[in-house]
Amino acid sequence: MTTLESSKEIQKNNSEVNETHEDFRMFGLITFLIADGMTFAGFFAAYLTYKAVNPLPDGAIYELELPIPTLNTILLLVSSATFHKAGKALLKDKNSDSQKWLFFTAFLGIIFLICQLFEYFHLPFGLTDNLFASTFYALTGFHGLHVTLGTLMILIIAWQSRIKGGRLTSQNMFPLEAVELYWHFVDGIWVILFIILYLL
Amino acid sequence: MTISIDPQKTNNESLQPKGWLRYFSFSLDHKVIGIQYLVCGFLFYLIGGTLASAIRIELASPMSDFMPRDVYNQVLTLHGTIMIFLWIVPVVNGAFGNYLIPFYVGARDMAFPRLNAVAFWLIPPSGLMLVASYFVDGAAQAGWTAYPPLSITTPQSGQIIWILSVLLLGGSSIFGGINFIATIIKLRRPGLKLMQLPMYCWAMLGTSLLVVLSTPVLAGTLILLSFDIIANTGFFNPVLGGNVVVYQHLFWFYSHPAVYIMVLPAFGLVSEILPVHARKPLFGYTTMVFSIMGIVVLGLVVWAHHMFTSGTPPWMRLFFTIATAFIAVPTGIKFFNWVATLWGGKISINSAMLFSCGFIINFVFGGITGVALAQVPFDIHVHDTYFVVAHFHYIVYGGTVFIIFSSIYHWFPKVTGKMLNEKLGILHFIITFIGFNLCFAPQHWLGLNGMPRRVAEYDPQFQFVNQISSLGALLMAISTIPFLINVFLSFRNGKDAGDNPWNALTPEWLTSSPPPVENWEGEAPLVEEPYGYGKEISEQK
Repeated sequence: MTTLESSKEIQKNNSEVNETHEDFRMFGLITFLIADGMTFAGFFAAYLTYKAVNPLPDGAIYELELPIPTLNTILLLVSSATFHKAGKALLKDKNSDSQKWLFFTAFLGIIFLICQLFEYFHLPFGLTDNLFASTFYALTGFHGLHVTLGTLMILIIAWQSRIKGGRLTSQNMFPLEAVELYWHFVDGIWVILFIILYLL
Repeated sequence: MTISIDPQKTNNESLQPKGWLRYFSFSLDHKVIGIQYLVCGFLFYLIGGTLASAIRIELASPMSDFMPRDVYNQVLTLHGTIMIFLWIVPVVNGAFGNYLIPFYVGARDMAFPRLNAVAFWLIPPSGLMLVASYFVDGAAQAGWTAYPPLSITTPQSGQIIWILSVLLLGGSSIFGGINFIATIIKLRRPGLKLMQLPMYCWAMLGTSLLVVLSTPVLAGTLILLSFDIIANTGFFNPVLGGNVVVYQHLFWFYSHPAVYIMVLPAFGLVSEILPVHARKPLFGYTTMVFSIMGIVVLGLVVWAHHMFTSGTPPWMRLFFTIATAFIAVPTGIKFFNWVATLWGGKISINSAMLFSCGFIINFVFGGITGVALAQVPFDIHVHDTYFVVAHFHYIVYGGTVFIIFSSIYHWFPKVTGKMLNEKLGILHFIITFIGFNLCFAPQHWLGLNGMPRRVAEYDPQFQFVNQISSLGALLMAISTIPFLINVFLSFRNGKDAGDNPWNALTPEWLTSSPPPVENWEGEAPLVEEPYGYGKEISEQK
């Protein structure tokens, strides 16, 4: 038996042992999201400090329009609700309903990303124009990366719920719950980002 | 090393990975991963130590004659980065944490074994990348702090490789931290209360909280810095309207807690070692726990004391001075607890004990200079001088590295089933202790007299003291030889240790040495009093 195989055996064995414990995968995910949130906190702190101490140089353009980001905020908030619907449906063993809600959530995520890109192409400033332009793109880009990953994960679990006897059932809710928590987290970050970047 | 266990002792004998090859595999066994961390870290320690020797050879004379100035900058940058991110953090957290924590909480493995293996295997590639950057186009030159604008203006490829490498190591550290928190909080054996855990668990819980809260900020900062270097943005570039002080704030928000990430686990380890070799319960368990948590909370709000010369406003100086001085309180409590643990104990003078006592002496010295450095007027005087270098090395070498050696002497019998040679161990301690103090104590004087750090050339009046310091560094380099000989010889034909050579009561000694793959024959023992020395052993369950 190769070492890798025996490692796998041990892993299998371990997961059997762990079944006697409560499930702590969610706990691990929450810890990870706290860490991820701290990255955003660092970015926000940097942006707010710049805003407080670094004046915009003369002639520099940094203007943001509100309509698209407001639409995006609504999109993400609605998508959080539809994701919740998907979870409820799965809990009642209505797999196909759950799948529809998941696809709809992913669709909202994709619309969000398209709107974001549309905004990027129509802004009057580029990445290196000035400090605030750079910070704007870094913050929204980093968040957009999270939305992209989230959308991909939603598509994956939607696909998993389609296969008959697949992984995602009312007995095995963890993949859905994990992605849902992540998605709510990304939404929450967007709301803070929207307030700090666009409204302040 | 081969771990052999009687077939009847464990029911899943066929599942054991065999032979030394498993140390090069993606093993999920927390003990294998712990040893992987330790050996990998030690190899990087040898590389970092070689770089340190190069620095001390250069500084033996006032002119830059041993190497050019830019190479000197690369060497000191690599020395700092390798020692911090590839030796101390992975070993004192990853190695001992992975090996010991599952035993201490009565588990068969870490909470997330696969994540654990991923966290380890991020380290060798990023370390090799960092070392290799020297041969690409010159390594990073901006020091381990990578302050802009220096890090933006020095050659780019080395700096970018440095950033990538530190990002990977930070990721590894975060994964490890998540794993430790989940293991300690969630994977405890039923019936084992939090306040019955061995102290190292508390230290690792505090450390992991710091890792999870502060490392991501460093990651974000380095991403912004890499944008400045690659994409020509101006986050930290004053020419483009950026702000260098923002980098310093974000950097030290991680890197001050990083000091506690390096030293808190050592506090935990020394709290395990002292009671065993002094045959006394750990003094003041509860105060110890609260002072660890106090250090965690305070450690997050003192970062700007590294920046007193960066134009910090007076209110900030006042706040951070007071907060930093407060850290002396929990640290002092721990120090007195260790001394009280030793007081009146039946102390065995062995290598593990000697290194632990060396730690206490060095650490109290480093702690006192730390309190001095927290005072703004004094800090402005010695900022960026050798005084800071001396203080820092008293904490991380005199503190943490002494404890790493102490722990190796203490747990080597657990890992291999063989004892280390005590004579060679004591020789190792004496050379290390003399060499270390000879190397770093004179640097306090150098700093107070104004010798700047990170410069290859210096005023010739400092030459004599620098040569003493270099002599100490030579002794430190020599001290590695008896240690390596000791490990290799004891490994091959050392004295058999038996299962519990120290008659210790903490859970890892209540299984065979070396332990079986899943740690326990049957159910994990419930150790309610891990420090119940001085009572009859039979009272212990």
